[in-house]
This record gives sequence, C-alpha cells and structure tokens, in this order.
Amino acid sequence: MASATEKTTAVLKNNPAWMEPITLDGLTHHYGDRLALDHLTFQVRPAEIFGLLGPNGSGKTTLFRILSTLMIPTGGSALIQGFDVAREPNRVRQQIGIVFQARSLDIKLTVGENLKHQGHLYGLKGGTLKRRMEEVLTRVGLLDRIKDTVETLSGGMQRRVELAKGLIHSPSVLLLDEPSTGLDPGARRDLWQYLRMLRDDEGVTVLVTTHLMEEAEHCDRLAILNQGKLVALGAPSELKSEIGGDVVLFEAASEASAAELSAKIANRFIVSPTVMGNTVRLEREQGHKFVTDVVEAFPGLVEGVSVARPGLEDVFIQRTGHRFWTEKTEQQAWPPQKEQ
Amino acid sequence: MATMVATTSPPRALPSRNASLWTAALTLWEREIVRFYRQKARVIGVIASPLLFWFVLGSGFAHSFRGGATGSDQYLSYFFPGAVVMIVLFTAIFSMMSLIQDRNEGFLLSVMAAPVSRSAIVLGKVLGGATLAAIQGVVFLVFTPLVGVHPSLTAIGISVLAIVLISFELTALGFAIAWPMDSPQAFHAIVNLLLLPLWMLSGAIFPASGATGWLRALMRVNPLTYGTDALRNALFPAQTTGFSLSVNLGVTIAFCLLVFAASWTIVDRRTNKPAA
Repeated sequence: MASATEKTTAVLKNNPAWMEPITLDGLTHHYGDRLALDHLTFQVRPAEIFGLLGPNGSGKTTLFRILSTLMIPTGGSALIQGFDVAREPNRVRQQIGIVFQARSLDIKLTVGENLKHQGHLYGLKGGTLKRRMEEVLTRVGLLDRIKDTVETLSGGMQRRVELAKGLIHSPSVLLLDEPSTGLDPGARRDLWQYLRMLRDDEGVTVLVTTHLMEEAEHCDRLAILNQGKLVALGAPSELKSEIGGDVVLFEAASEASAAELSAKIANRFIVSPTVMGNTVRLEREQGHKFVTDVVEAFPGLVEGVSVARPGLEDVFIQRTGHRFWTEKTEQQAWPPQKEQ
Repeated sequence: MATMVATTSPPRALPSRNASLWTAALTLWEREIVRFYRQKARVIGVIASPLLFWFVLGSGFAHSFRGGATGSDQYLSYFFPGAVVMIVLFTAIFSMMSLIQDRNEGFLLSVMAAPVSRSAIVLGKVLGGATLAAIQGVVFLVFTPLVGVHPSLTAIGISVLAIVLISFELTALGFAIAWPMDSPQAFHAIVNLLLLPLWMLSGAIFPASGATGWLRALMRVNPLTYGTDALRNALFPAQTTGFSLSVNLGVTIAFCLLVFAASWTIVDRRTNKPAA
C-alpha cells in the first residue's frame, strides 16, 4: 500500500515538470488574515540564475522562507528537485544551499571552523570535508584566510564565506536572499561572477531575491512579484521588449496640469497615458519624434521631457499600474537607464 | 508504480547524507565550548565567581541568621550545596542567552535549515551549556575543605553526577524558555519570575523542614529540591536530608528527560510561521 505522499511523488516523477529544480503550484501563504502569497505557479529551470524581483512586502521573503524549509505554506505546493518542501523537509535540505540576508557566520570562530561545523551538519566528515572546504574557499578566493576569525574579515569577504558555507555540501540549488545587501560595487560584481561560474561550471540552479532593478538585469529569468502575486515572468530582455517602443515622460508644473496634459495628449494622439504625480508617462515608437510633436502642440504645459529605453521598472508599472518604489525612494530609482 | 519511477531519470540528487544525531550534536557542542574559551572574560568568570558568590553570600546569610538554630559555620556548610546549585543555575541561564543571540544573528537559521534531526539541535546546544555549568559546579567542590568536609572518592563521584544532572536539567529548562524569545530582556524577566524562585525554594537557603505548610508543599514539587538534596546526601551524609539519594537522583533524571523532551517538542514544531 503506497501512502498518499508516495503516490503524489510517483505521479510527479512521471511528469516532465519533475525535472525542473523548483516547481511552484498554486503556492499560497496567509499570515493570519493577511494574504502574503497568492497562488504562485511557475518553474525554475535547471542551471539558470533566476531572480525574484519585488518591492518590500511583495512576498519575496515569505517565498524564500518556504523554499528554505523554515516555514510551511498554508496552501498549494513547492517542490525542489521533486521533493515537497512541506512534507519532505530533510530531502529538500540536502538539495539546497542557502545564503541568508542576515549574517549566519559565527564571528568568534575562524573561517575554517565555521565551514567545518556546517559540513558536519550536512554529514560531511574527515578528508572529504577537508577537501571540500579547500575547494569552496578556493572558489571564493579566501583559502589563505581559513585560520582567521570571521570578525577580522571585511563585509565583502564575510559574504563570500557565507557563500562558501552555503556551497559546502555541493547543493544542486542555491538560494540567496538579497545577496548584495551591504556590498560595495566591486564585491557585488565579484558575487555575480561567482554565481555565473557556479551556473556554468557546476550546473547549479541559482535563485536570488532582490529589490534592485540593476541586479535583476543580471538574471537569466525573472519572476516579478507584487503584493504576493506573480505579475511578470521571463528573461529581462524579453519582458522589456514586450513594451512597445520607448518610454516617454513629460514633466508638468503641477499635478493638475499633468492631468490636463494627459487628457490633451490622449485626445490628440489617440493614446492612453498614465499620470503619476507631476509626470505623464506613455510608451511610444519613435519617442524622440513624438516628443517634438507634443511640445509643439502644447507649448505651455511641458516643463521637462525624457525618453528612455524601457527598463524593468517600466515592466512593473505596465503590469501593476503603479511605481515600484514609494515616493521617498523613487528619486534614486527613477527613471532607469535614461537616454540622451 | 515502481517501474514507472525507474523509467524517468533521477534528479541531480546528492547521495543521502543526513548527518547522524551525534555528529550534529557534537559539532554544535564543540562550537559552544570553543566560543566559551575564545572569550577570556568568561573563562576568568568561571574560576573566580564560584568563590566570590559562596564567600559573600554565605558570610552575609550566616551573620543574619546568627543566634538562631544554625551558627555561622553550620550555616556556611548548610549553604554549600545551595551555592553550587546557584552557580550552575547562573551559568545555565547565561549560556542559554546565547540561543537568543544565535537567533538574532542568523546562525540559528542556518542550523534550522540543515538536514539534521531537531533533537540534535537541542542536544548540542543543551550539552554545550550544561558542560560549562557543570565545570563551574565541579570547580566549586574544591572549596569543600573550607567547610570542614573532606569527601571520599565516592562522595566526589556522586556529587559530580548530581552536578551534571542539575546542569543538564537547568540548561534544558533555560533552552525551552529562551527558544520562543527574541530579546534578552524578556528572557531575564522570566528568569527572575521563574528560575530564581525555583532556586530559593529548592532547600538551597533554608530547609523545607522549617518552612510553613504551603511553602513546604511547593518545595516538595520543585524538581530542583531533589538535585540540591542529592548534593547534600553526597557531601554531608550526617546532615538530615529530605529524601534518600536514590529518590533524589531518580527524580532529577526524570526531570532531565522531561525538559529535554519539552525542548525537543518545541523545536520540532513546523508551522505556518517563521521558524527562526
């Protein structure tokens, strides 16, 4: 007599979907009454760097906790290498390496001791463990610091040790939560280089959560989350190319004149612009030419103009109807990749 | 069913390598010990604090009680087992505060996400704390000649056993209390509310025989009473004790198992809420 679990597993094993390292099927999570994840269904492919992009509160962290077996979802399922994260946590744990956002290293211990304890927790011992420690430390370029206590290392180096710690048991799936937090641009570049190396040399599937557009650009594919819902899925270039032409922004003097400008543009050019504060935004082929037309048609209303290739933020706006960032932070984040 | 499973190629799964209970517990235990001796202030505290506590507290109490049934020297020797238990209690509490630190720093997350039995996590952490507590308690036995006791090897052996058991039960109790907490302040509030009275009502500072009815009843149900009493059995065979050594050790062992099981149950719960 096969138990219900065994049956499910057997059925899944006949499904091609089983080959996908991460499969979410209707994954849902509630904190009390609050819906944090709303029926997420998507798959992560083998040996790709997959990004989970979303603003704070979008459900990234919740999803990360569920995938790292630290919390069981209230509905739906998530499989990693065919194992259910809720029902077979220890099988999942063998498959995944995790780099948490918070520091998980013991700073009073040396780099080597941290890796040794981690190795023991994953059943590695003796010569095998020693070889593996040397391998992962060589990979992150810190073999010469093996005897140093972690507190003597810089933030960037500590993050590299975290990565080495997550890789000690040769996981087939690596999960990283906001890995660039607190890293300078150089360390950030290094980190992404390591991730690509893992993907290319060892076929590791990498899942990265991030709230940074520029980081999301590095991913092979992306899932964009907003309020617990999947709003977009695909390669960054693919998602951006779905937006027709250029993104054109007109700055008006006030919100009222922005609304007026928007109405007039809509009427004259038969388009449907969106108004965000003082800004009128629309997508248009031949953006440069369009700008000239608008400025000539409504001379007094336009205070400023920008034309840009669409970025991931535009994908987000197009799918959700609002900006990625709250008012406070949008200054730095908007507009991305300004041209001209 | 079986053939269908066999026809599909397996995922790039690694060979099953769940760490054994003991490997995992041992490595967590080792971490506690290494952390301890890296912090020199703690090492000095282990040696210096037992002597200080016993001398200051014992002398103070002895003067307050002078003229009563117990004289100064007699009180110092009565208080001796209680002082050992107090030292053990403080160290046990102190070492379990590191659990809150582990949680806040994120170390606990990485342990909880590892493929190890949850009992190994409890065992490693509790044994680590209990080892440190027991070392302090045993160091304190060096002072027995000061109260005129020259214990036999058997007495020392039984004392060490009692100290180890008391260390384990108190550390495991501290673990169960500290686990759901994220601030050291909240932990301290519970310590003051629960653990200190537990010690005071264990026969450490006054015997149950002299207490009023309800207090005596409380002292009887206090599991720590039996540990303190066991120490008294071993070190002062002449002093009248509440229970026989076998009862004392039996109850203490039972309580060790009970609090360990409670801690394990708490840690083993997987819920819809974040685990660490």
